[in-house]
Amino acid sequence: MTLKTRQLELEVLRYDPEKDSEPHFQAYSVSCPEDWAILDALNYVKENLDTTLSYRWSCHMMVCGSCGMMVNGEPSLTCKTFIRDLPDKVRIEPLQNFPIERDLVVVLDDVMDKLQRAQPWIIRQDDPPPPDVEYNQPRAALYKFKQYTMCINCMCCYAACPQYGLDPSFIGPAALAMAHRYNLDSRDQGKSQRLDILADHDGVWDCSFVGACSEVCPKSVDPAAAIQQMKVDGAIEWWKQKLPGGKS
Amino acid sequence: MSRQPYVRPMPKASWYLGNARYRRYMLREVTCLLVGVYCALLIWALAALSSGSPERWGAFLAAQQNTAMVVFHALALVYYLVYMTFDWFKLAPKAMPVQFGEQKLPGSVIVIGHYVAWIAVTLFVLWLAGVLQT
Amino acid sequence: MSIARKSVVWGLFAAGGTLSAFLFPAVIALFLLVALGRVPPGLEFANLQAFAGHWVGKSALFLVIFLSLWHAAHRLRVVFHDFGVRRDKAVANAVYLVAAIGTVMTAFYLYRI
Ligand code: SF4
Ligand code: SF4
Repeated sequence: MTLKTRQLELEVLRYDPEKDSEPHFQAYSVSCPEDWAILDALNYVKENLDTTLSYRWSCHMMVCGSCGMMVNGEPSLTCKTFIRDLPDKVRIEPLQNFPIERDLVVVLDDVMDKLQRAQPWIIRQDDPPPPDVEYNQPRAALYKFKQYTMCINCMCCYAACPQYGLDPSFIGPAALAMAHRYNLDSRDQGKSQRLDILADHDGVWDCSFVGACSEVCPKSVDPAAAIQQMKVDGAIEWWKQKLPGGKS
Repeated sequence: MSRQPYVRPMPKASWYLGNARYRRYMLREVTCLLVGVYCALLIWALAALSSGSPERWGAFLAAQQNTAMVVFHALALVYYLVYMTFDWFKLAPKAMPVQFGEQKLPGSVIVIGHYVAWIAVTLFVLWLAGVLQT
Repeated sequence: MSIARKSVVWGLFAAGGTLSAFLFPAVIALFLLVALGRVPPGLEFANLQAFAGHWVGKSALFLVIFLSLWHAAHRLRVVFHDFGVRRDKAVANAVYLVAAIGTVMTAFYLYRI
């Protein structure tokens, strides 16, 4: 059985920092089998039409998180964005809200730094743990945060978030989802350590619950939910401390 | 190789125009104006009521009765339901997920719960106002 | 400190949003009925005076108006930001001040009833 093919007109944003003063679109016409993803079409271009095209990818199976790009204006993992779901004309741009390094490659230094600031690791107050201790965790406790562990750092959520676009000092969806994931972890004791960074002026309160981040997330992490839960948490904590009998 | 990253800033005042998701968000956010308007109307009503004179209350009610107000309230009601009430319910399970043991309560159940509660609250208010007493 | 203040501001916003999401459709419907000239019996002077005169009615009205005003003010502040107005301090002072004035007026009128 041979697969149907379709002629796709790709419009790819190109930028060469050594020659160009600003990016421009370049058109490629590619005959694509219907089961191809956009990443396959880009690979075809790179191998057969234009070896100078730069973009990131690695696993081609929604795990590495490096092939995020704008596909017809929507932040997408190009390995799971299929030709059959797209019109004949497809516009491919580097992720929105990030500086362009070259062609479809963006500069990620800022979010790498932000992920660090969320301290996405288990923090114990009794560090270092005795060597013979396991931190047990019942399944119910795992399910509290499991969805937030699915994040692959593809940064599609940052490309979708207008508050990050408008003000890049906002720590942003994935980093906050990460922080929430560890805050909810029954083995973690670092919540108060993360609070300072996250509840500050560029923390959770800069999110106005547009929800765009959750809609584009290819792994259904739902960072917007994590952020709202952190806000609710912050508000409840405050009242708990003020009410009579509360710990202060 | 020299690095010269190209920055594409978001237009500060018009960023939401080209994107349906952002437009919907803005339509939701401006419902705050309606909340403000109805708070003002309620305060106006309280002012008339607190004067203690039935005439002033009657004058307040009379001031509300015109076609422009009918049109405004009707449009406001539809807009408010779609962009404020229903949106708020849709987002509620995200902010307050419920988990029993290993099971997360599906978001749809929480949303339906909100609708049921909302219908009850609305009927209660209308009953208080005497709309349902015939 | 700023953490605490922000969580309070947001907590009131969320509470007011929930209240107004649930209640305002009915409030708007009542205004619509009034505008149509079909004033329901509960909105006649004596009945409403009795309702707002009782401490339960008073507190309910106060809470609803105060929290809804706060909700509107806070969201309006974000709206200003989203429309490109970046003088957040000034905007915040203005919107919260208006909400505060409305709240004080509400309290005053309710007190007089
Ligand atoms: S939260 Fe989702 S969209 Fe954001 S980086 Fe993680 S996987 Fe990607
Ligand atoms: S919900 Fe918050 S983090 Fe997500 S897109 Fe909206 S503003 Fe950004």
